[in-house]
Amino acid sequence: MTRVVVNLPQRARRGEIIEIRTLAGHAMETGFRRTQLGELVPRDIITRFTCSYNGVEVFSAELHPAVAANPLIAFSTVATESGTLEFRWTGDNGYVATHTASIAVD
Amino acid sequence: MLLALACSARAEIPLAERRSGYADMSPQTRAMQDDDAINPATLWVLDGEALWMRKAGAAGLACADCHRNARESMKGAAARHPAFDASTGTILNLEGRINRCRTERQQEKPLAYESRELLALTAFVARQSRGLPIDVESSARTRPLLEAGRAAFRRRQGQLDLACAHCHDERAGKRLAGTLIPQGHPTAYPVYRLEWQAVGSLHRRLRNCLVGIRAEPHALGAREYIELELYLMWRARGMPLEAPGVRP
Repeated sequence: MTRVVVNLPQRARRGEIIEIRTLAGHAMETGFRRTQLGELVPRDIITRFTCSYNGVEVFSAELHPAVAANPLIAFSTVATESGTLEFRWTGDNGYVATHTASIAVD
Repeated sequence: MLLALACSARAEIPLAERRSGYADMSPQTRAMQDDDAINPATLWVLDGEALWMRKAGAAGLACADCHRNARESMKGAAARHPAFDASTGTILNLEGRINRCRTERQQEKPLAYESRELLALTAFVARQSRGLPIDVESSARTRPLLEAGRAAFRRRQGQLDLACAHCHDERAGKRLAGTLIPQGHPTAYPVYRLEWQAVGSLHRRLRNCLVGIRAEPHALGAREYIELELYLMWRARGMPLEAPGVRP
């Protein structure tokens, strides 16, 4: 399931600090849990999140097994110019999720 | 240790003293529930919205084909369920109603309890009733089922020989092994439970309660759970629906 929720203002003033909040649907299996029969449940987590603003990376995060399921990543950035923000999550077993959002900067 | 308590004849919690589990949570957890942008259940609501539009079954029908815009057609539905179904002569909860549409109208197999699809659809439908007061039917035709649910709530069960009422009527607000005992109103279901790290139904939670008092749990979707669900919703009548909520 590659459902994501991204929340950011549609408009901002030049130089304004904007808050971006993201949710990614992912079980974030730690790799430390065992089944009722004692078998190890293999690790399956999101490992990296990046946000690019008009092609320039403005935020990135490395995620580890300690991060809970459906991780909420909230960060801020400076609204410099109108354009596109691209969000990308990558993880184990070829997991990739992307989202694109536009912002109008006055 | 044997608990030699008689289930007292004390009536339900007075209407004005009822508290949703929301009031017992930390400010951080409440903030998660209050904002759809950070409520993890939103992931399921969005999946449910996609399913609402998707054609299914031999009839090739989507929910939207009959029910149009869920924001209008489903408003109040979750607050009224479990509801009486005239064609079967019994009550159906939201999951049961959705599955009836799937089998009767869409000519599709019913969805299993706790499946991603059923949770997504119930979360999406219940979301359309958020803020509305819970209002299940209490009339001559639902009274026997309501009484069955009330009897189940007050019946001693399991190895620990406890009734729901012992904790959730008599000792709500007190603590069990350090954890605050809630009154147990189903105002937030289907709920994103931090313990589950996923959305789950009321039946999943009721199963956990029975396992907790070391009683034999019923199968998900069992008649016993639906009767209890009707009673719990009646017990919470007038309280606003918070679905889909967040709980610890």
